[in-house]
Amino acid sequence: MSKFLLHINGKSYPIEAQDDESLLSVLRNHLSLTGTKYGCGEGQCGACTVLMDGAATRSCQIPAAAAADAKIMTIEGLEQSGRLTPVQEAFLQEGAFQCGYCTSGMIMAASALLHDNHAPTDEQIVTAMNGNVCRCGTYPRILAAIRRASSASAGGAR
Amino acid sequence: MITREFQSLHSDVNRRDFLKVLGGGLLVCLSPVPTIAQESGRAANRHELPTEISAWIHIDADGQVRVFTGKVEVGQNIRTSLAQAVAEELRVPFESITMVMGDTDLVPWDMGTFGSRTTPTMSPQLRKMAIAARELLVETAARRWNVDASKLIAGSGKVTSPDGKKFITYANLTRGEDLVKSVSGNPTLTPATEWKVAGTAMPKVSGRDFVTGKHEFPSDLARPGMLFGSVLRPESYNAKLDSMDTSAAEKMPGVRVVRDGDFTGVVADSAFVAHQALGAIKAKWSSPTQPSNQGLFDYLKANLEGKSDAEHQSGSVIDSFASADVKLESRYTIEYIAHTPLEPRAAVAEWNDGKLTVWTGTQRPFGVQEELMQAFKLSPKQVRVIQPDMGSGYGGKHTGEAAIEAARLARATGKPVKVVWTREEEFTWAYFRPAGLVEVKSAAHRDGILVSWEFHNYNSGPAAIGTPYEVPNQLIQFHPSKSPLRQGSYRGLAATFNHFARECQMDEMAHALKMDPLAFRLKNISDQRLKAVVQAAAEKFGWGASKSSLERGFGIACGTDKGGYVATCAEVAIDPSTQKVKVLRAVQAWECGAIINPDGLRNQVQGALVQGLGGALFERILFSNGRIENPRLSKYRVPRFSDTPQIDVVLIDRKDLPSAGAGETGIVGIAPAIGNAIFAASGTRLRHMPLTPEDNVIKS
Repeated sequence: MSKFLLHINGKSYPIEAQDDESLLSVLRNHLSLTGTKYGCGEGQCGACTVLMDGAATRSCQIPAAAAADAKIMTIEGLEQSGRLTPVQEAFLQEGAFQCGYCTSGMIMAASALLHDNHAPTDEQIVTAMNGNVCRCGTYPRILAAIRRASSASAGGAR
Repeated sequence: MITREFQSLHSDVNRRDFLKVLGGGLLVCLSPVPTIAQESGRAANRHELPTEISAWIHIDADGQVRVFTGKVEVGQNIRTSLAQAVAEELRVPFESITMVMGDTDLVPWDMGTFGSRTTPTMSPQLRKMAIAARELLVETAARRWNVDASKLIAGSGKVTSPDGKKFITYANLTRGEDLVKSVSGNPTLTPATEWKVAGTAMPKVSGRDFVTGKHEFPSDLARPGMLFGSVLRPESYNAKLDSMDTSAAEKMPGVRVVRDGDFTGVVADSAFVAHQALGAIKAKWSSPTQPSNQGLFDYLKANLEGKSDAEHQSGSVIDSFASADVKLESRYTIEYIAHTPLEPRAAVAEWNDGKLTVWTGTQRPFGVQEELMQAFKLSPKQVRVIQPDMGSGYGGKHTGEAAIEAARLARATGKPVKVVWTREEEFTWAYFRPAGLVEVKSAAHRDGILVSWEFHNYNSGPAAIGTPYEVPNQLIQFHPSKSPLRQGSYRGLAATFNHFARECQMDEMAHALKMDPLAFRLKNISDQRLKAVVQAAAEKFGWGASKSSLERGFGIACGTDKGGYVATCAEVAIDPSTQKVKVLRAVQAWECGAIINPDGLRNQVQGALVQGLGGALFERILFSNGRIENPRLSKYRVPRFSDTPQIDVVLIDRKDLPSAGAGETGIVGIAPAIGNAIFAASGTRLRHMPLTPEDNVIKS
């Protein structure tokens, strides 16, 4: 059992967790930040994606204690004073979901991609997003949403 | 959450009492209509029909409309399209509608959300009620103004005088009133050609909650004082417990081991500790010898169970086959696949004064209520099942396993308990789409007219087993078998495999006849709706513009089921050195009557095609001796971004026809279209689903 601080969405949370308890488990079950989802527990589906110091990270694969020094951003941290990010806005505009369970992870992965590469090609989007699964099969719409967000970012909407 | 505003309201309460609880207003109820049952695995549990009301609509003093239905939202966007249908007939803005869904204490009994039944059955029911409500409002306004009701106009949530000078809002009309109406007749629905709200591309209701992470899925819910549970599983199917040592688990702080007959579970104040504790239980099992993938299809054919009734019989397939010019006999097979909803089964259960409330992800809230009633010997009033809009189902969440487990653990501990299945549990202890085999004998005249069609499906199922082509001599039979794995419903049921076998066989016939596969199909189709989608898909695809080569293949398939018509064209690339297949492009034409929400429909039709890619190309359950050998996403491949071709969806809007459901049948065309495209390029006929399980490589 260790005690540490997690820095999530600009706030610090004192945590007491076992050394091998995942960041996902702590987010969901200790902090009620349930926007981050469990899908497979082995880093294969991307539903649990969060940003750690800006990098898309599978929160089911990293012990919470190992995230103690990082700036963590979850889906709950994107909206600022009622304003959605261009990626969130683009997902809404394109209707890029059906059941919506993969959406948090998709948006976090796409946010990391567009942070690093403002104007990715379709091929770059597919490569970056290929670890995120949508069982409803909305990939074409998610692709369209990321394209839309990328042009929105390029236009300075960010 | 909408449903939490309400106290428990039973569907058997007097309607006036119901209105009192809702604080007055206007209430419209619909008298029962027959509903249709569909197969739900072997354990199909045919519930009696509703005895009282089958749905209702309430308008409160603020003009807010609440629509109560037992249908549930699982990603198919029915919350949105049902609200559109009601808004249309009630003549209110879309935004004033709230759908109250899938809460057994609040909504009338419903069989469940499957079989593409919501749009063709629930939607017209709700529309009828909306019409009745509108008529009641108009009559009330007429009384107040002392004018002839037939002269008044309802629109935008108000009733207006014929000269347009005077109006009264629905809110004003219902304020302080107790208006109740029961509907049983058949009012005239607004024709689709006059729709203003229905028929438009309405975005998903509360879409914002999904992009902000605010929406609470079943696995996200928490209750005060809630504990987390985890359940011990046997080492294989049909294994018997020999011995168990729970002492290490019991020593862990905050852990409680719960034993209840064959059931063993653990409860802890964190999910992490619960799983740790479960891992600390030492159990010894003895397992019987059981079937494996090897020899599965022979096993299914040899182990028939129940009656093999002829689904269709006409003429003589024996005589017509014997005397035909061109004949073919083939065998097609399909493996078990798993639904793999991204949200696994999850439930939170809570007992209060003998009443059990369970929040869970299910397509059948009332089915789960019944399972809980049986498991705990309770009456309907003692069990409330609430289904928050969930992380999909695809036919895989008809049952209440997690609900019963959570309820058992909650009862033993006296606290609310949450159980969320792991991915491995979901892969192993849910149920699968049936494996099966089809044997088909077909024959045609030299001119391309089909004369004989004999089709036997073993175990996979009877859905869409018939042929939509004109064939004078037919024998079509489904033969149920004893499945070695637990099997049940899956999006489209056996329509996927029956279409695969039929449409590949049709393609083989076309090649044997030296005819173009499109021309051969059109020659044997008389159903104009089917013809229309085939032509639409072929035109959009540019069928015939390029010839298939060793490196590029074009395939087509079509069919109909559950009132939907589909035609799919696929273009595949084949690497000549590795024989690796990539689907480059797909066109899917779709028609299901009048379109209620073209945006939602397009999403469904496209999504079904993408999901179908998995079963077509690589999804399969590997099992041996009662164990699933690939119960993880790293070992069970599902379609990803890189598997997704360019997809064009062509929607045909038949405003003259009633709307059919569209959640399922969009999945049936892609597998045969790809199989036929692979043949066109490589000359290799793949008769097994998945077609290319090992890294998309063609192996004959």
